[in-house]
Amino acid sequence: MRLYNTVELRGYTAITDTVHLSEREAERHSEHNYSKLRVRERYSSQMDRSMACSPPLSRVVVSGGTHGNELAGVCLVKEWLRGDSAPCLERSSFTAQPLLANPRATEQGVQNTTLAPPSPSDPYELVRARELDSLLGPKGSDEAVDFICDLHNTTANMGASLILYSLSDYFCLHMLHHLQTHMQLAPVYCVVFEEPPSAAYSLDTIGKRGLALEVGPLPHGLVRADVLSQMSEGVKLILDFIDLFNRGTLFPPCQVEVYRKLEGLDFPRELQSGELNGTVHPERQDRDFRVLNPGDPLFLRFDGETVRFKGERPVYPFFINEAAYYEKKLALWTAERVSVSVPALRVRGGLGGAGGGD
Amino acid sequence: MTSCHNYESLPAARRVAIFGGTHGNEMSGVTLVNQWIKNETEIQRPGFQIKPFITNPRAVEKCTRYIDTDLNRAFTTENLSAEKSEDLPYEVSRAQEINRLFGPKGSQEAYDVIFDLHNTTSNMGGTLILESSKDDCNLQMVHYVQNALIPMSCSVLLTEHPTLKYAASRSVAKRPVGVEVGPQPHGTIRGDVLDTMKKIIKHALDFIQLFNEGKEFSPCTVDVYRITESVDYPRDKDGNISAMIHTDLQDRDWQALNPGDPMFLTFDGRTIPYEGDSTVYPTFINEAAYYEKQQAFVITRKETLTVKGIRVSQA
Repeated sequence: MRLYNTVELRGYTAITDTVHLSEREAERHSEHNYSKLRVRERYSSQMDRSMACSPPLSRVVVSGGTHGNELAGVCLVKEWLRGDSAPCLERSSFTAQPLLANPRATEQGVQNTTLAPPSPSDPYELVRARELDSLLGPKGSDEAVDFICDLHNTTANMGASLILYSLSDYFCLHMLHHLQTHMQLAPVYCVVFEEPPSAAYSLDTIGKRGLALEVGPLPHGLVRADVLSQMSEGVKLILDFIDLFNRGTLFPPCQVEVYRKLEGLDFPRELQSGELNGTVHPERQDRDFRVLNPGDPLFLRFDGETVRFKGERPVYPFFINEAAYYEKKLALWTAERVSVSVPALRVRGGLGGAGGGD
Repeated sequence: MTSCHNYESLPAARRVAIFGGTHGNEMSGVTLVNQWIKNETEIQRPGFQIKPFITNPRAVEKCTRYIDTDLNRAFTTENLSAEKSEDLPYEVSRAQEINRLFGPKGSQEAYDVIFDLHNTTSNMGGTLILESSKDDCNLQMVHYVQNALIPMSCSVLLTEHPTLKYAASRSVAKRPVGVEVGPQPHGTIRGDVLDTMKKIIKHALDFIQLFNEGKEFSPCTVDVYRITESVDYPRDKDGNISAMIHTDLQDRDWQALNPGDPMFLTFDGRTIPYEGDSTVYPTFINEAAYYEKQQAFVITRKETLTVKGIRVSQA
């Protein structure tokens, strides 16, 4: 297992990806017996000298209803579009724009639409994706919006989870730190699906920066006042962070824990027919981000037999029993918990304050 | 010493059906019924026939509530007597087929008992739904099931109401019984919810077997929640929902809602209180499928029903 990587990305160099295991986990896997103190001593002087800088953000979009039946985001965006609560999108350095990403699915109350497409080869979502790319992108270009926060809900017990695509996304990792420090209504987690931007396919990757804010548990097709408050607080803190950044705040180096996606696990199925023959074990249900050790109960077959986790090392499951993933043959994802040392962050140029140089 | 006046002599239940998938995304019933179809020995009992049956297979295949229209509202006289045609909504054709197999509704040939398995996003726990306050056999059954499930609680919802009673799939039977377990998000299978539903069915079938074999069930009382009213979400002038279930009401199915208690919360943070004149007991609070039916929750009133003793008739 790697101890560290150095990465040159967008003009700065920093230490990424220090894998840290607690003492208890380290005892169980002696080949990973690194101590946090030793890592810090080795790299602290290098970390102090590095600073991540990037220009201020002015075009910020908050989107909801990418999946039309994930209603908390739909409700928030509809309120903002009506103009009633739009002041909460305003900050001194920018005003975020609300967007209903998939209006047709939202109207139907479904995840994706099933209406007949205008042409046989173009499903509605594909047409809409191209529209969004031209509205908010083009993806990968200088014209793309600066930041997209895409709002989602999940039936899994994931609190408020930020979904990122890179362990060296320092801007978003500082944002994560800000949320974890200030969020009161829900625990905050971070999941990293490591994918190169060109391969990632979700709405939040159209902008120069972005993330998905996933709040759960919430059954699809309904809204709960408590979940709406959690999502609202999450958006507020995200926009607060961007504003603080734009106004020249120096964010000192910090350490954050993230969950780096490993692999998806399917439900138990009949060998021949492929039909489901079990579900998430009651002792694992709702335990997103709690350690799953080899031998722990994982699934319960309908005939009463317990299926235990057969992995070789502890992992952290998430998206446990998400309704939309049944058709994708996913009962849950596993992740490894990674401690990331994030260098200091400051705006370059723009409003108030000289940014640090590259 | 038992009094003959308090005991009713009733025929044995010889034909029982268990419906799953009336709503294709309510997965506990789909799962259990599919299991029992595959492995019939698991569900069979001596002395009476038990038929597990998937009522809406196309909706189950797509994991959606319904294809054209809600099957669990489709068993109206009008639908059941409509002329067969390819233009009929899928669920209406299906209702006619189910009526043919398990009914006809209202006739002597109809099945004795049908259990219709459902899930809800509401925090209702295990709930048995009855349509009649006069069906002593069904009431004795729910009494038996409630006692067998202790310490787990099981509420009884009575939908005996001139307009709020709906034409459910199970209504083709002489004695329909709805089994509703929640909370569970639609399209998911929770192990704990599945287990609760399995236990309810097991105890219900135990009752039928015991009754058929001659056990007497003494007079008793059963606390039920009788449906009185359906409450919609507040809406704006365009008909859009303008408030949500208040945090203080969310998940409090079967608990007292007093006049003045918070009921809804508008999106801009204003509380709307309950303005009725007496304490009521809401349920089906925030059921996802009821948004389109203009129903935020239903109001019930607690009632204690006196139930006659029963024994099987020896005919």
